[in-house]
Amino acid sequence: MTITEHTTPEPPMNKRALEKQARAQQRNELSLSLPAFILVGSLVLVPIGWLFWLSIYGSDGFTAENYVRLLHPSYKKTLITTFELAFLVTGLCILLGYPLAYLASQLKPRMASLVLLCVLFPFWTSLLVRTYAWLVLLQRRGVINTWLMDMGLIDAPLKLVHNFTGTTIGMVHIMLPFFILPLYASMKTVDLSLMKAASNLGASPVKAFWQVYVPLTLSGLGAGVILVFVLSLGFYVTPALLGGGRVMMWAMQIERSMAVYADWGAASALGVVLLVMTLGILWAFARLTGALSSVEGK
Amino acid sequence: MLNKSATDTQVTHLQRLWLYALCTLVIFFLIIPTLLVIPMSFSDSRYLSFPPESWSLRWYRAYFSSAEWLQATAVSFKVAFLTMILATTTGTLASYGLHTTRARMGKYMMVLLTMPMIIPVILLAVGIFLTFAPVGLNSTIAGLVLAHTVLAIPLVMITVTAGLKNFDINQEMVARSMGASRPWAFLTVTLPQIRNSVLSGALLAFIISLDEVVIALLIAGGDKATLTRRMFLALRDEIDPTIAAISTLLIVFSVVMLALSQFLQSKK
Repeated sequence: MTITEHTTPEPPMNKRALEKQARAQQRNELSLSLPAFILVGSLVLVPIGWLFWLSIYGSDGFTAENYVRLLHPSYKKTLITTFELAFLVTGLCILLGYPLAYLASQLKPRMASLVLLCVLFPFWTSLLVRTYAWLVLLQRRGVINTWLMDMGLIDAPLKLVHNFTGTTIGMVHIMLPFFILPLYASMKTVDLSLMKAASNLGASPVKAFWQVYVPLTLSGLGAGVILVFVLSLGFYVTPALLGGGRVMMWAMQIERSMAVYADWGAASALGVVLLVMTLGILWAFARLTGALSSVEGK
Repeated sequence: MLNKSATDTQVTHLQRLWLYALCTLVIFFLIIPTLLVIPMSFSDSRYLSFPPESWSLRWYRAYFSSAEWLQATAVSFKVAFLTMILATTTGTLASYGLHTTRARMGKYMMVLLTMPMIIPVILLAVGIFLTFAPVGLNSTIAGLVLAHTVLAIPLVMITVTAGLKNFDINQEMVARSMGASRPWAFLTVTLPQIRNSVLSGALLAFIISLDEVVIALLIAGGDKATLTRRMFLALRDEIDPTIAAISTLLIVFSVVMLALSQFLQSKK
């Protein structure tokens, strides 16, 4: 006993040495993320800062001109189209995705994994391939118009693509997996005996569903809704192809300002507005779910 | 059978037949359009119809005899492969470092590194174009790889961090206390056990790069055009049936990738 007491260093010195060592270790561990940080920093954070700078600093000093220009009716129209489409796509995703996630969460494991595979398949297939599929199906002489005419339901081909309708159909198809996957995960955690209890206490199945089940899945539903809405706001590829130039989305306006007009002031101001909207919605949602879970006492 | 109760609230299968019908339709909506491209790609006519009036390999021949399409395919796969390597190494290193560190900075770093996932891609693309212009990285393989890596890092990190959470880090401590250096302990004890997560992350990185359109559209011109960029530009002008053949090949490829990822997950 006495020997060990003599060989251990003085406690304060030991403590300091240990702290120093711990700090060095923390530094080493943090430095492992340095390569990733350099990449993300130089290709994401710095450029976005630069864009912000370009949007407020013109040839003659600081200016709000780029933002004032966004009040022009043509930009307003783009903004309205973008939000209309985002709301419509989100609404349709709820309508189609909620029932599927609900059913899948109650199926036997084998069936459920089959359904999930069907949801994952489009997720892994190229976005462009899926958009192309819709282009082929919906065009004037496409499969859907041919079938409808063969069945005698319509006389002339319907205008299904290169417009708002086609864009909506394509976008819902792309967004649905993003909506279903988080919702399914949250539905899997719902304790179904609560439904039994509601039923026992005299609630009709419809009432039990709306008053017990739906509130329990609100966090998953919210996550899906926000994900789809935010992705839709900044979406480019599908509207550009299925809209045929008639549906002007915010992201397309950015690309056009840059690639066609080389107008960096406008492009950067549009970009900053899109980023602020996106981050704002995500932040509000995070606050809201934080408030919700504190109310639920989680 | 139909009159048996299906839910805990005594709703029978018959009563919710509409739900089964609706869900079947939604599943059809999710997979049929994409799958219809496959038979249509074997059509002989310029106007793709289903079922095709006559069958041929015409559009596959058109693809395999076009130097432009083949070059774009080569660029895409090259970029995807390099992106996979770069994103998986940097992403795995970062996940490991941030998972083990107790530094408070770690949390912020994690948020920062997953930022590319929530920023609209068009904005990333414009920013990257702006950054690459003065250093001459636009329209180069290196530029594309760097840009796609940034896009893939968050997904690799999420997958690998999930794997690390299931791993008992004390095992690595044991190895180190018995004299293994830290890198050696990581390579021989930790890495083999999170292997499937790392491989899943790598698959995701590959697929992300292969499918990416918007960044490639802005920064990949000339003979460094990727497959998706060429497809997008071709689709904007007119519907070239060669794309049906390419799409079919890509669908087959993604089914293989999906199967691989499911296999990796089942072994976790």
